[in-house]
Amino acid sequence: MNDSSLLNEFTIFVLAIFIGFEVISKVPTILHTPLMSGTNAIHGIILVGAILIAATARDPLQIVLGLVAVILATINVVGGFVVTDRMLEMFKGRQPAKPAEKTPPEKTAG
Amino acid sequence: MTVWVSLAYLVAAVLFILGLIELSSPKSARRGNQVAAVGMVIALGATIPLLHFTAAGIIITIIGILIGVPIGAIGARQVKMTAIPQMVALFNGVGGGAAAVVAVSELLLKGSHPAFAVAFPSVFSIVIGSVSFAGSLIAFSKLQALLTGTPITYPGQQIVNGVLALAIVALSVYLIAVASTPIIFVPLLILGLVLGVAFVLPIGGADMPVVISMLNAFTGLAVAASGFVLGNFALIVAGTLVGASGTLLTKLMSDAMGRSLGNVLFGAFGTVTAGPAGATSAEGKSVRSGTPEDIGTLLAYSRKVIIVPGYGLAVAQGQHAVKELADELEKRGVEVEYAIHPVAGRMPGHMNVLLAEANVPYEQLKEMDQINDEFKSTDVALVVGANDVVNPAAENSPGSPIYGMPILNADQAKNIVFMKRSMRPGFAGIDNELLYDPKTVMLFGDAKDSLMKLVAAVKAA
Repeated sequence: MNDSSLLNEFTIFVLAIFIGFEVISKVPTILHTPLMSGTNAIHGIILVGAILIAATARDPLQIVLGLVAVILATINVVGGFVVTDRMLEMFKGRQPAKPAEKTPPEKTAG
Repeated sequence: MTVWVSLAYLVAAVLFILGLIELSSPKSARRGNQVAAVGMVIALGATIPLLHFTAAGIIITIIGILIGVPIGAIGARQVKMTAIPQMVALFNGVGGGAAAVVAVSELLLKGSHPAFAVAFPSVFSIVIGSVSFAGSLIAFSKLQALLTGTPITYPGQQIVNGVLALAIVALSVYLIAVASTPIIFVPLLILGLVLGVAFVLPIGGADMPVVISMLNAFTGLAVAASGFVLGNFALIVAGTLVGASGTLLTKLMSDAMGRSLGNVLFGAFGTVTAGPAGATSAEGKSVRSGTPEDIGTLLAYSRKVIIVPGYGLAVAQGQHAVKELADELEKRGVEVEYAIHPVAGRMPGHMNVLLAEANVPYEQLKEMDQINDEFKSTDVALVVGANDVVNPAAENSPGSPIYGMPILNADQAKNIVFMKRSMRPGFAGIDNELLYDPKTVMLFGDAKDSLMKLVAAVKAA
C-alpha cells in the first residue's frame, strides 16, 4: 500500500463519518430498533473481507480462520437483513397483513 | 483493484446511504432495508473478480456460505417477535467476531514487522471486534434470561475494567511498535473478549438496547478497520457509515430514556446501595387485587381508557387480545388510546411493531409527550405488563436507578389497573410504589389470559 492510497482511504473514512451522522439525524423513536437492525445488516459487508481472506487460504490455520470468518459474516448479513425486513413488515399500510379471524370492522378515519 | 470493481463499490456505497435515509422514515423504511440489501449483493458480486481462489479457498468459501445462510435466515425467520432484540445482538456479535478474525488472518499473512498502516487497524479491529463479540453474547444472555437482567457488580469492578483496558492499550502499542511476531494477537484477542464480558455484565437488562446499539457501532468501526487492513473501499465506507450512524443512534436512544450515555454504561456502580432502600419501602403496604368481572365493569362504564403496554404483553403474545378488548370497549363508546413509552418493551419501537401486527390503528398509538397530559382526564389507565415506565420513583426518588427517566403519568388517572403476573419488580429490578396506590387494582395472571377474561367481562357488563 502506498501513501496516496492510504490517504484516499482516510479521506473516504472521514467523509463517511459525516454522512453517517447526517443521514439519521431525524429518525423517529419508533424506528430506532429497525434502524439499529438495518445498520447491523450493513456491517455484514465484512463478508467481503471474509471471502477475500478465505479465498487465498493455504495452510490449515488460514483455512480455519477463513471458514470461521465466512460463516460468522454470512450469518450477520443474511440474518441482519431478514430480521430487519420482518420488523418493518409490520409498518406497511393499514391493510391487514394476514387475514385475521375477523376482518377489521372499523374504518380508519384519518 | 480494477476500475469496474471500484465503480461497483461506489454504487453499493450510494445504495447503503440511500437505504439508511429511507430507513429513517416509517413510510419508506422497509424499502430502505431492501435497497441496502441490493447494495450488499452488488458489493459481494463486485468482489468476485478480486479473488484468486486456492483449491482449499474456494471450498471453504462455499461451505462457509452454505452453513451461514440457513443459520441466519432460519434464525431470523423463526425467532419470536419478543426475542428479536437479542437476535439483533447475536447477529451483531458474529459480525464483530468476523471482523476480528479477518484482521487476525491478514496480520498473520503479513508476517513479522507489519507496516504501521496494517498493524494499527489490525489491532483496532481485533480489540473492538472481540469486545463487540463477547459483549453482544452477554447482552443476548441477559435478554434471553440465561443471565440475570439485574446489574452484576462486585467490589473493585471499575478497577478491574480499568486494568483490563490499560493492558489492552499496552499490548496494542507493543504489537504495533515493537513486536517481531504478530503471535501476540492471541493475548490481545483474549483480553478483548474478557473486556467485552466485564463491560456489559454490570449493565442492567433494561439498558441493553442502548448497549446493543453501541456494540453495533463498535462492530461498524471494526469492519472499517478491517477495510483499512485489506485496502478495501467497500468495507471502509460501509463500516464507517454504521460506526457513525450507530454512535448517533446510541445517543438518541439514551436521550429517549432521559439519561446520559455515561449514566447508562456506568450507572450501575452508583446505585448498588439503592437496593435496600427501595425494598424497605414495600414493606407493610397492602395491594388491592380485583376480579376480571369487577375490572371489566369498571372499563365498560368508563368514558376514556388509556392502555399502557409493556414487555409482559409481548411475552404473552397478547397483542390480538388487547385489540379485541379495545374493539369491545369502542363498541360501547369508550374512547381508547395506547400510550407508548419510548423504551416500553425491550427496545424502542417494540410496542409499535407488536400492536401494528394486531392491526391497531396507527392513530391510536400515542407517544409519551402527546398523551401525558391526557391521563388527568382518563378514567382508567390499563397497564398491561409494563412497570418501570409508569414508576413514579423516576420522578421523586433520586436514589433510584431509573431516576430522571421520563415516565407515563398513569398515576394521574382516576383508576389504575395493573395486569401483571406477580408482584415481581420490573426489568430495572426496583419496586413500584404505584402498585400500592389506593387507586390501583391488580389483576394477576398471564396478560393474554387476563385480557381474554376482560373481553368476556366487558361483553357481559
